[in-house]
Amino acid sequence: MNKTTSETMIKQPQKPLLEPERYEFTSIPLHHFDLARREFFKLLGAGIAVFAIAKNSQAAQETAPSHGFHPQDLPSDISAWLHIGEDGAVTAFCGKVEIGQNIRTSLAQTVADELRVPFESVRMVMGDTALTPFDAGTFGSRTTPTMTPQLRRVASAARDLLVEVAAKEWNVAPESLKAANAKVTDPASGRSLTYASLARGKTLAQNLPAEDPVTPPSDWTVAGKPIPKVDARDFVTGRHQYTPDLRPAGMLHGKVLRPPSFGAALVVYDDSAAKSLNGVVIVRDGNFVAAAAPTEHEASTALAAIRATWKEDPLKTSSRDIFSYLKNNAEAKSNDRHRNQKGFVEGALAGAAHRLDAVYTVAYIAHAPLEPRAAVAEWSGEKLTVWTGSQRPFGVRGELADTLRIPESNVRVIVPDTGSAYGGKHTGDAAIEAARLARAAHRPVKVVWTREEEFTWAYFRPAGVIEVKSAIAPDGKLVAWDFHNYHSGSSGIETPYAVPNVRTEFHFVPLVLRSGSYRGLAATANHFARETHMDALAHAAQIDPLEFRLKNLEDARMRAVLEAAAKNFGWPRAKAQNRGFGIACGNEKGSYVATCAEIAIDKDSGAVRVVRLVTAFECGAIVNPDGLRNQVIGANIQGLGGALFEAIEFENGRITNPRFSRYRVPRFRDIPEIEAVLLDRKDIAPAGAGETPIMAVAPAIGNAIFNATGQRLTNLPLIPNGLKGT
Amino acid sequence: MPTPLELEVNGKRYPVHYNPETPLLFVLRDELGLTGSKYGCGEGQCGSCTVLLGGQPRRSCQIPVSAAVGKPVTTIEGLEKDGHLHPVQQAFIDAGAFQCAYCTSGMIMSSVGLLQSNPNPTSADIAQFLQGNICRCGTHPRIVDAVHQAAKAMQERAR
Repeated sequence: MNKTTSETMIKQPQKPLLEPERYEFTSIPLHHFDLARREFFKLLGAGIAVFAIAKNSQAAQETAPSHGFHPQDLPSDISAWLHIGEDGAVTAFCGKVEIGQNIRTSLAQTVADELRVPFESVRMVMGDTALTPFDAGTFGSRTTPTMTPQLRRVASAARDLLVEVAAKEWNVAPESLKAANAKVTDPASGRSLTYASLARGKTLAQNLPAEDPVTPPSDWTVAGKPIPKVDARDFVTGRHQYTPDLRPAGMLHGKVLRPPSFGAALVVYDDSAAKSLNGVVIVRDGNFVAAAAPTEHEASTALAAIRATWKEDPLKTSSRDIFSYLKNNAEAKSNDRHRNQKGFVEGALAGAAHRLDAVYTVAYIAHAPLEPRAAVAEWSGEKLTVWTGSQRPFGVRGELADTLRIPESNVRVIVPDTGSAYGGKHTGDAAIEAARLARAAHRPVKVVWTREEEFTWAYFRPAGVIEVKSAIAPDGKLVAWDFHNYHSGSSGIETPYAVPNVRTEFHFVPLVLRSGSYRGLAATANHFARETHMDALAHAAQIDPLEFRLKNLEDARMRAVLEAAAKNFGWPRAKAQNRGFGIACGNEKGSYVATCAEIAIDKDSGAVRVVRLVTAFECGAIVNPDGLRNQVIGANIQGLGGALFEAIEFENGRITNPRFSRYRVPRFRDIPEIEAVLLDRKDIAPAGAGETPIMAVAPAIGNAIFNATGQRLTNLPLIPNGLKGT
Repeated sequence: MPTPLELEVNGKRYPVHYNPETPLLFVLRDELGLTGSKYGCGEGQCGSCTVLLGGQPRRSCQIPVSAAVGKPVTTIEGLEKDGHLHPVQQAFIDAGAFQCAYCTSGMIMSSVGLLQSNPNPTSADIAQFLQGNICRCGTHPRIVDAVHQAAKAMQERAR
């Protein structure tokens, strides 16, 4: 096993552990913040500003640093802020990033809604470590549940401040005034003042009061509406600049010499020929070898001219035998944090009427974001600025400071709106590579990973083995549930079904391939195993799979999504030749999903086609139904890949299918008819929506295949080579 | 060896000095600053780099720059005319047919190519034609809708 990863794993429990399988977190950044109040107004001009303070524990853990602020200027735990300029322009700041999930739009909606201004007057500044408050990262479906309420409270406080200013001006009680449409109005006299005129000539700053009531979802006017994506025109004209599109003056292109296999060490090295090439800068630092040159072609030519011999240390396993390897290498004692027990499982299993055990496996898969990892680094003296597509700008700042041995206060990380991530862009690899080269070259350097690098040197959704033992009573009620996940992770591991005797356990296995977050994390693996197993139990009990689930469910929100999906799908469906119908459900991160799938089988070729998916989703009050629909349908389509055919293959420490021609992702002809049924619960605070809708896709399809063929598929992907290959 | 070549891109002529084997994509992006065409795979598998070459949609990462000499090249930057979006661009906005939007330039260029040869495609025609364009965010149904909307708008305009 690779040494660095083992150290990483040992250190892990000391960190703020948000998700146990976030293997890619390697260090706690030291958080500095250097934008003092005086500078804030210098930067943005006069006006009115409000700063949010994260007090509740979950939000504080994610959005507030523990130290490093200037306490005389700003409180130590600011999570968001907002500025209203003398022209009435509203700028809201938060450290989250836009990666296609549409939060630049939904967060601006929230601010506009609460501040009572037109949507168009709000601009979001996001993901810039010099301008935005500290934020742990954009992951875990946390933006809507944690950032939305904070921005709402900031906007609410700013509105109160504007009302107070107007009240003072008119010498009336603030309670008698109304704020609407970017104006404060006095209904008694009919007078009104625009926010712009109220902000003029002021440098008023206020910290957020501890509690300030915000507008309930039932009274939203701008939020809750299907507002189109901001900056849409820039995206359809090619004007938006993603990180790979940036070209600062004098920039060089950087390329990294990759080892032939994971864990290989450089033993012979000669760069004299490469160094003699015109305009080329070579950096060697341990096993890190890279070149920068005026063009990408020249940088590649320089790397090719380097004589390097590597000593390989091949992995002890390959994609063919990974599952037995994981099972055999699990650590004997798992962390208590990942273990849950209720009742007496062994006894209940032994004495039950129906007993069903099964083993499920899940392959490594890649995020394959269409924008590969990329960074542009530019030094100005000791100060470093890096533009990079990352979900953790502040984390990357910490990685850069650590690696380059410079103070964090000298590093600025800016995240341009990014060509997707899906959990795959938590680390600062490309940023570090570009910065290291730029320091040597004394010029800006851009590093853009090739697709092959992206498929090889990024990290993967971890593979896993899941063992389930279960028992039901003659009436179809669950009596025992014993669920063990090896390696792939613990999120979504707890069963939502009512069972008197339960044991769930996550078994830690040291890393084989570099692994990390992925949309839905291990919840996809755990739901695949659980919901496939529930289907098998329903079949054993000879009960309809929907009825069987409802019989064992007490959670009203779960029942509601199941019933909504079933109703829109037309469940139960009459048996049809070469057609199958499946259902699955789950809950995670405060939201609920149920998917019904219809598949068609070509008996001759064994090809399986997904014909129709109906996914019901509920995440509390809906902030933007159009953006949410895009996310839910997108998650269903992305889920098709992992369900049907995506799998990373590896052997001798090499990825053997690191190309789109060898790694199949969903394409247009794979896309079924998809219906998203959105349940809007205005009485429940909004939860995130980026991940959960992916979870029920694979088991619903697998269950539909069983329904059509009687063949129970227990491995993800289900049919990489069609049914005949299974 | 770098060679002097002349390209015609979006109606303008550009003298460039490049290795003739260099993929057109890199010349467009690095030399001409037309970064709307994206690198996604370098093997013609994802369609993010699609441009019109002599009016036909082509993967610019697979075209040596020398093969583009003497043929007009249209990139995403060349579709907008006098501040007016091409109907396909407008349809992508109206249908909300993007999430991260990294694939959008390529999707639009391929769709423009499709509608030139097939002004009234069925959903199956669109899926078939765009099979070589990858969208990882899963916006496919809206992209198909956008192409239908654009087809309708272009036919109405032609009338």
